[in-house]
Amino acid sequence: MENSLSREDGRNARRELNRRRIAAFALVIPLLVFIFFAFVAPIATILYRSVYNPVVSDLIPETLAALDAAEWDRADVPPDDVLNVFSAELSLLAQERLSGRLAEEINRAIPGMSSVVRSTSRAVRRMEQDTLLSEGGQTLLDANDRWGDVAVWRALQDAGAPYTEDYYLTALDLQRAEDGGIEARDGARIYVTLYTKTLRIALIITILTLILGYPLAYFLANAPSKSANMLMVFVLLPFWTSLLVRTTAWIALLQTNGVVNSFLMSIGVINEPMEILYTQTATILAMTHILLPFMILPLYSVMKGIDPSYLRAAMSMGGRPIPAFVRIYLPMTLPGLSAGALLVFIISVGYYITPALVGGTDGQMISNIIAFHMRESNNWELAAALGSLLLAIILLLYWVYDRFVGAGNIKLG
Amino acid sequence: MMKHLPAYYTIWHILGYYGLRLTAYLVLGFLMLPILIIVPLSFNVEPYFSFTQGMLRLDPDAYSLRWYEAIFTDQRWTLSIRNSFFVGALAAILATVLGTIAAVGLSSPVMPAKRLITALLLSPMIVPLIIIAAGMFFFYTGFGLVGSFTGLVMAHAVLGVPFVIITVTATLTGFDRSLFHAGVSMGASPLKVFWDVVIPLIRPGVISGGLFAFVTSFDEVVVVLFLAGPEQRTIPRQMFSGLREQINPTILAVATLLIVISVALLVTLEILRRRSERLRGEAF
Repeated sequence: MENSLSREDGRNARRELNRRRIAAFALVIPLLVFIFFAFVAPIATILYRSVYNPVVSDLIPETLAALDAAEWDRADVPPDDVLNVFSAELSLLAQERLSGRLAEEINRAIPGMSSVVRSTSRAVRRMEQDTLLSEGGQTLLDANDRWGDVAVWRALQDAGAPYTEDYYLTALDLQRAEDGGIEARDGARIYVTLYTKTLRIALIITILTLILGYPLAYFLANAPSKSANMLMVFVLLPFWTSLLVRTTAWIALLQTNGVVNSFLMSIGVINEPMEILYTQTATILAMTHILLPFMILPLYSVMKGIDPSYLRAAMSMGGRPIPAFVRIYLPMTLPGLSAGALLVFIISVGYYITPALVGGTDGQMISNIIAFHMRESNNWELAAALGSLLLAIILLLYWVYDRFVGAGNIKLG
Repeated sequence: MMKHLPAYYTIWHILGYYGLRLTAYLVLGFLMLPILIIVPLSFNVEPYFSFTQGMLRLDPDAYSLRWYEAIFTDQRWTLSIRNSFFVGALAAILATVLGTIAAVGLSSPVMPAKRLITALLLSPMIVPLIIIAAGMFFFYTGFGLVGSFTGLVMAHAVLGVPFVIITVTATLTGFDRSLFHAGVSMGASPLKVFWDVVIPLIRPGVISGGLFAFVTSFDEVVVVLFLAGPEQRTIPRQMFSGLREQINPTILAVATLLIVISVALLVTLEILRRRSERLRGEAF
């Protein structure tokens, strides 16, 4: 048979296809440019800040250069000329009111150093640069004998490295050992414990939304469509109601003198008000309420597509309800179930507002400690490292979601 | 009710049936009651978050509108209401315009790297807000966008984009692309075909995407916490500090008004959904 398409036709078809490809891509470009500037670049900044802290290297560049020039071996207190240079630089910082910033950074490595740096900077503030450059080292040692401690100088040099993996070590409760290796941090395992707690709370919330959401979705999917549509409003209205409104509702409900306590006391179930607000229980309760629609909607849409006659057939042929359900119905709902569970889990791992408002100290999650380091302790680099680890967890889950559910299939009711 | 149940049902089936019904209604109660309870509490004459004896007796003197008056006389609340609508509207417009154009490209069958780009454009919905907010704080500072309306609008537009993409793509799956090619082949410019043929057909999706984007901004507080100065305070930001500092029933009154807005939105979306179904029916 003769080939009806000539080479010319093929070329034209390819050209036309390419033209359409470019046209489609061109439509996406404006949004991509916007998203790169307004979203991707900020996220990249977080990753960068988690390994980059130029504060100390900007504050005491001369001292750090002097340490390098002296080829300091980190075994003993640096030579006098390095101490002299540092005293002169500290004096300048004190005059420009920047010594507090240095104190803060050193204090993170060696708690208690903040006051040492502050008092010493007061001592050298009014001294002449020339005097300090020739004999400032002795002034330092006279002002505070901590300057004779080699550990302080090691911390100073470590903090002076602009690129460091130290924040990741801190975020994983590790620290650098004196011999340069990595060891577990002394004292409590703060952040790893917090990550575990966050994942545990998210898992509990996912299971609770599943237990509450599955029967309701089943009921709605099998109810006559008129009453199902009406009852669906009771799922969608909370979904559409402001997060702050729903959190406020839980504060009103759970307070010491709140609705739940007054009700339970008036019917005599309890004699003393329960302290639920500002606990982990409050976080879990409120978040289960807030995230429940995210579980119900995908379950509902999958169940709606299942022919009820399968289950009826199994049961009419003598199958008992529970085995019939587990073996026939449950496997068919797995797509909706995994979509809802992953979505609820992903959202709860990164939750901030509700734990911050109802969680107390016990109910705080990883996002809350990131906010704390951003807004209160001003340890932005640690916040960035903790955030990058959280982002890694989320992206892994999102990848799983995209693989099994498809990111484009997120349902909005 | 019993007569609806099939004849082969045993006692266990019947118990299961009523058990399911009961569970479903209990869960619906769990979903609705916390929200409904706010409404009467916002009319409390006393500055508490709980029902007084008078309220339970339905004594008219136990109810008042004082917290509603408080909203409109407190300058911080009026400013935050104005800001919320302003930022929400601008962010929604920005997200809808960029998102709709992109969605048309994305739903083309020949779009290159479709899956990757869709995942990227939807990711603002998945990445924790605290990370987005902290990153924007670092990055926007360099451009002087922290403490400005421009920065806030940009940030909220980013958060609204995924919703526009999802709703518009959903309407476009029912869209017959040959209509577009027909228009172009008959000599109209692609822009004119887009405006006169495509937009009217996908309008319900565009509007509901825009509404989603507006609500996202209207309800957002984490990014506002990091990027907004006192001049850019929004309603959720004002509620957040109210709940942290001095708990006061004005918040309940604001919450009630927000519930009313959600009901209105829900109704609008339902109307749009029905219209979209009708339009799609006509297109084929």
